[in-house]
Amino acid sequence: MNHANNTGATSSSGSGDAANQRRTSRRPKYSKFTQQELPACKPILTPKWVISVFTIIGVIFIPIGVASLLASRDVVEVVDRYDNACLPSNATNKDAKIAYIQNRDTNKNCTRKITITKDMNQPIYVYYQLDNFYQNHRRYVKSRNDQQLRDKGKANETDYCDPEKTTADGKPIVPCGLIAWSLFNDTYTFTRGSENITVNRKHISWKSDRDHKFGSDVFPSNFQNGTLIGGKTLDPNVSLSQQEDLIVWMRTAALPTFRKLWGKIERDLKANDVITINLENNYNTYEFNGKKKLVLSTASWLGGKNDFLGLAYLSVGGLCFFLALLFTLLYLIKPRKLGDPSYLSWNRNPAGR
Amino acid sequence: MASERPLLNPPPLSDLPSPLPEPPIRPDPTAPAHRPTPSFSLDPPDPFRRQTNGASDRLVASNRERELAEIDARVIYLNDPRRTNERAGFAGNSIRTSKYSILTFLPRNLFEQFHRLAYVYFLAIAVLNQLPQLAVFGRGASLLPLAFVLFVTALKDAYEDFRRHRSDRLENNRTVHTLNGSGQFVPKRWKDLKVGEVFRVSSSETLPADMVLLATSDPTGVAYVQTINLDGETNLKTRYARQETLSKMPQNGTINGVIRCERPNRNIYGFHANLEVDGKRVSLGPANIVLRGCEFKNTAWAVGVVVYAGKETKVMLNSSGAPSKRSRLETHMNRETLILSVMLIVLCSVVAILNGIWLVVHKSKLTDTQYFRLKDYSTGVTKNYNYYGVAMTVFIIFLMAVIVFQIMIPISLYISMELVRLGQAYFMARDSNLYDESSKSKFHCRALNINEDLGQIKYVFSDKTGTLTENKMEFQCATICGVDYSAGTGSLYGEDTGYSVVVGDQLWRPKMPVNTDSDLVRLLRDGGATEERKWTYEFFLALATCNTIVPLVLDTLDPKQKLIDYQGESPDEQALVYAAAAYGFVLVERTSGHIVIDVLGERQRFDLLGLHEFDSDRKRMSVIVGCPDKTVKLFVKGADSSMFSIINRALDPEVIRLTESHLHSYSSLGLRTLVIGMRNLSQEDFDEWQSAYEHASTAVFGRGNLLRAMASQIESNVSILGASGIEDKLQKGVPEAIESLRQAGIRVWVLTGDKQETAISIGYSCKLLTNDMTQIVINHNTIDACKKSLEDAVAMASKLKAISPAVENAVSAVGSPRRISLALVIDGNSLVYILDTQLEEQLFKVAIACDVVLCCRVAPLQKAGIVALIKNRTDDMTLAIGDGANDVSMIQMADVGIGISGQEGRQAVMASDFSMGQFRFLVPLLLVHGHWNYQRMGYMILYNFYKNAAFVFVLFWYVLYTAYTLTTAVTEWSSMLYSVLYTALPTIVVAIFDKDLSRRTLLKYPKLYGSGQREERYNTKLFVFCMMESVWQSLVVFYIPYFVYKHSTIDMSSLGDIWTVAAVIVVNCHLALDVVRWNWVIHAFIWGTILATAICVVVLDSIWFLPGYWAIYHVMGSGLFWALLLITTVAALVPHFVTKVFGEYFMPDDIQIGREHEKFWGGSIQTPRSEIQMRTLSRHQH
Repeated sequence: MNHANNTGATSSSGSGDAANQRRTSRRPKYSKFTQQELPACKPILTPKWVISVFTIIGVIFIPIGVASLLASRDVVEVVDRYDNACLPSNATNKDAKIAYIQNRDTNKNCTRKITITKDMNQPIYVYYQLDNFYQNHRRYVKSRNDQQLRDKGKANETDYCDPEKTTADGKPIVPCGLIAWSLFNDTYTFTRGSENITVNRKHISWKSDRDHKFGSDVFPSNFQNGTLIGGKTLDPNVSLSQQEDLIVWMRTAALPTFRKLWGKIERDLKANDVITINLENNYNTYEFNGKKKLVLSTASWLGGKNDFLGLAYLSVGGLCFFLALLFTLLYLIKPRKLGDPSYLSWNRNPAGR
Repeated sequence: MASERPLLNPPPLSDLPSPLPEPPIRPDPTAPAHRPTPSFSLDPPDPFRRQTNGASDRLVASNRERELAEIDARVIYLNDPRRTNERAGFAGNSIRTSKYSILTFLPRNLFEQFHRLAYVYFLAIAVLNQLPQLAVFGRGASLLPLAFVLFVTALKDAYEDFRRHRSDRLENNRTVHTLNGSGQFVPKRWKDLKVGEVFRVSSSETLPADMVLLATSDPTGVAYVQTINLDGETNLKTRYARQETLSKMPQNGTINGVIRCERPNRNIYGFHANLEVDGKRVSLGPANIVLRGCEFKNTAWAVGVVVYAGKETKVMLNSSGAPSKRSRLETHMNRETLILSVMLIVLCSVVAILNGIWLVVHKSKLTDTQYFRLKDYSTGVTKNYNYYGVAMTVFIIFLMAVIVFQIMIPISLYISMELVRLGQAYFMARDSNLYDESSKSKFHCRALNINEDLGQIKYVFSDKTGTLTENKMEFQCATICGVDYSAGTGSLYGEDTGYSVVVGDQLWRPKMPVNTDSDLVRLLRDGGATEERKWTYEFFLALATCNTIVPLVLDTLDPKQKLIDYQGESPDEQALVYAAAAYGFVLVERTSGHIVIDVLGERQRFDLLGLHEFDSDRKRMSVIVGCPDKTVKLFVKGADSSMFSIINRALDPEVIRLTESHLHSYSSLGLRTLVIGMRNLSQEDFDEWQSAYEHASTAVFGRGNLLRAMASQIESNVSILGASGIEDKLQKGVPEAIESLRQAGIRVWVLTGDKQETAISIGYSCKLLTNDMTQIVINHNTIDACKKSLEDAVAMASKLKAISPAVENAVSAVGSPRRISLALVIDGNSLVYILDTQLEEQLFKVAIACDVVLCCRVAPLQKAGIVALIKNRTDDMTLAIGDGANDVSMIQMADVGIGISGQEGRQAVMASDFSMGQFRFLVPLLLVHGHWNYQRMGYMILYNFYKNAAFVFVLFWYVLYTAYTLTTAVTEWSSMLYSVLYTALPTIVVAIFDKDLSRRTLLKYPKLYGSGQREERYNTKLFVFCMMESVWQSLVVFYIPYFVYKHSTIDMSSLGDIWTVAAVIVVNCHLALDVVRWNWVIHAFIWGTILATAICVVVLDSIWFLPGYWAIYHVMGSGLFWALLLITTVAALVPHFVTKVFGEYFMPDDIQIGREHEKFWGGSIQTPRSEIQMRTLSRHQH
């Protein structure tokens, strides 16, 4: 109490005869800042607040969850795994599979038929999905050189590109590095009955990448000339900024199971349409037991089909409702007067009394 | 120790029976060799000096008659700097306190910075990262944190050094007048001054170097020196020029001679040299040297020769930094850092081992797998590319993991803590509640690393004089010849206008009025020639003469009126001289040879024939005066214990008995007592003394011991005159402060040099002792007696404990009035037998059972010993507070040392961690600032552990999906900026600005302080809890985006950006949840930091050559991102919020109740309703 008066006095003298005081003493200048008396808000989690907070979270989250779930359910996704199906029947063990896939002369064409389960509205995205492919492996991620990709004059910049830096005779590979070398090279064509479905393969990559990361005057050279072919070869007459498959591929995936956009079908597909896919099964995933899948999917405001977000929202929202209820009950069962000094430890202690 | 001090030798006096044959050597009568503690308290000099002098004493003992060895001595040719400096490279007088020059700044500053372990860790990590195999991060990113902290620290150092440079330049370019070849004093810059040069200083000029006085404006060679710059003491000290040099200067302007003196050392109270002049060798002591930084007062000019210059001066040798202590929290923090290191190693091992297993399992597939491609075919020879076998790879992965997870050990925390302490210190120093208006002293944080210890103190060890009391002595009463004059009926200034002296047409009056006793005044004025009056006369004469006070005459506004200001080193002496003046014995003039006293209106001159200074062994001082009536008298005054041993008890047994009983009653009133005695010296006695003195004073070594022995010899057979009682007033607010501290569960122990009765009475008056306490008194002179009473005390304490077993649980000692509390009173004599023996354990047991411990008559080292008693046996934090040099050892021993900047100089302040003006400031300092500092610092450390761990775990989870190869989706820049920019500032700001409770609440409920004592805000439990939270939050931050983007086209950089932003938002919101008091600064920094992070991420993603180019723009464009952030933040924080709410409501700690109280009860103080509540509250409290 006493002290409250003191501070009061200080503050009034600070404003009143402050000038007078300052001349005569070295007393620290009074200000709300230095005296740590800045106006402040001191929120306290009262039952009312706590219950409201939980309720509000619940009220907000459950609609979001429902909306996300609906959006996810709206997305139609058709997935077809073809890596094993597209092998010749004699290729049963791993060595045989690898021998088959590495043989450049065998015909790797393969035909798959898929049935559309629900109406799909355009645009329908065509993805390929690789499983177990560590595009985020450290050796792999680092094996590229962005200078070279962007700048015509920097073809010799092959730092970090090991082990795909140069050809055996020392010429720089453009684009160098493991990532470019391992470019995915399966191809797909789609037909519905006899009618070809055109797939738009333009603008499947990020515009920012086309414009700034990959030079429009940089052309592939010495690419895929080595003993070991990693994947697709590039047309040396097409500049890198137009090699959209490469651009998509080089935006390395975050997780070992990933999809890459292959193209867009810009027409609607109806339920029960049977789509015939002629594909060339070139890419070697047999080495590491990888899976290859072809995915046709529509998109919602949340992207692709994924129930997780909706479920997460619903469960957190539900949990918050539950907590609101729980705390309401607890507060009713065991109420406590806020700020009552009789709860102070020394007052609660029977020995102290 | 104070023994080096010789006696005053009288100047030749014609009227003395035996004049000295030669011009007397003039040693010092008043060298400050003993500390300016009240001269007659028990306090011996400070330990620092004791050590050095002790060493020299031993030296003396072994080589008693040895000359200063040529090899050890520094030889100075007077007024011949060229020759002086020819051989030995003495330091010049230019000083450099700055550490760096422009050229040396970079290397030296870096060198000094890398002395700290934290920076070495940074460096090691950065170096590790430079190895090509381990290059996890790019060069730039890996060096960023190190560069950042180095840069910030260097900037701070550079600024400080710049200021030092400026002051050095100013100092070095000041001018001094030196003697040139032709006998003229010419101006010269300080920096050009050389050892051996003779120079002249006028009054109020600062001394440029340590000099031996050669001559002064005073014909007797006295100079008065103020040492405020040296040790902060404002009183004047006297210094002397030797007679031999005095006669030569300054008339002819030339002087030749050789000084041999010790090598430069730090002892500012000791000096040992001899001077060869005219073929004669005279010794020089501390009274002949004046040190750099001092000023002459009351002395028109002085001439001296430089003996130590520049960095070799004593003041420069003594300028050392603030003591460095480590806070309790930091010590504990190191324990947790160790745990974190283990966690780091575990994480790294897990990654490395998993990587090894992965390699083994996939061994056959590695060669051609696209993402691994073991072989390099490009050079023709196929070789492995960047692969060294499983074992080596595992090892490399381990080291790489250390680099990636480096922030697990929050090194930046050390820098943050420094900044926080700086901020906290700023607010403590600016707090107007810690400013002392009377002494104009602000609060100072001298040690910057123990702020938070202030919140955990359990024991306060307090000095009494000057700490609890004001150390402004006031003469209260006297017993003269067995008659007690303490009725106090007199008025201020006595009967009429007080006593004044007429000098010419001016009226001189003492500066300080003193209460006089009217009976006594009447007795002195009209007492006639009774025996009683004679003794009274001698008593006051003794008061006026037996001291080392120098009267200064000050001008007043009225030219006819002058004030006499008594300057001296001991406040007790001042009080006595003022008292004598009030009774009509006005000390008017003091020179080295005589004293002029206005005795009841009649001017009398007393010749000062000898003076035995106070020293702590004899505990008394004496003067030999030649009175105008040609008698020679010895006046002695001293502590009662020492005086009664030299008093001739046969002379006046009744008077002695009465005096003793009066003394007892005085000290029970809390008065400081001094006994005064006198002895009439016969011619033979005096002759004997004089020859002994001559012998002693010519001895070069062991002089001190000889002189002391001699003093003891003459100080015998003394007849008692009486005793005086001096009051030392309690400082304002002391009882209240002590009560607050005790309620806060802090035990206050008082350690004093006063006698037992005085100590107990002060104990009562400051509410330390109360009537319902049981006192255990231990004062014995044998070890067995001490042992026995200790055992009794232990038994008693345990018995009391058995009666009230609940005491153990009580937070503080004053919980219930019915409880019997114990007080232990122990004296220095007993402590001699107890400390450092097996009895110490017993004492400890008794002491902790007692609520109050009072130690009286303790020596400085015993004070430290008592502090150590607690410090070594418990984990409790100790705080020592004191103001005098005798408290230095205890201040340094305690965990926190506080110096009171008061009357007794600045020794205590220099040794302390914090200094302030008043004892009562301890309450706001501990209860308010200490509490805040502890709470905030504890939280900040835990928070930093948590936030870094959370981020590391996010990185770790990702590593599990990269074939354990330590790829980071988070860009390297972000992972480096995380601990520096993304999360550091808010914690610093919150740790400086947040306050859990208001000042008012904390002061009103001192028991809230217990939170710090019980370590409630930082302990292993909380640490584990923090780690659990960080694991949960990292799981949420990692896995929600993981599952949402699983099987999608998401690229590494985009997902990395999401994790970065989510982690930063989560940890900052976590902090926001824990902020108690939101002011605009905290708002600005928390939300600003999140914004800054977003900006940083955007900027980083706008740089084309970084892999994440444009990623954030793509991610932000989708609603998914925002939905994700919302759910991540909420899901991550729900557990924290729930535990917080649950804990606060159902298991509230005292602080929580206080907060609620403040919010819901405290806001309505104006209304009468709450007044009533308040009153009930305070009843609750007791």
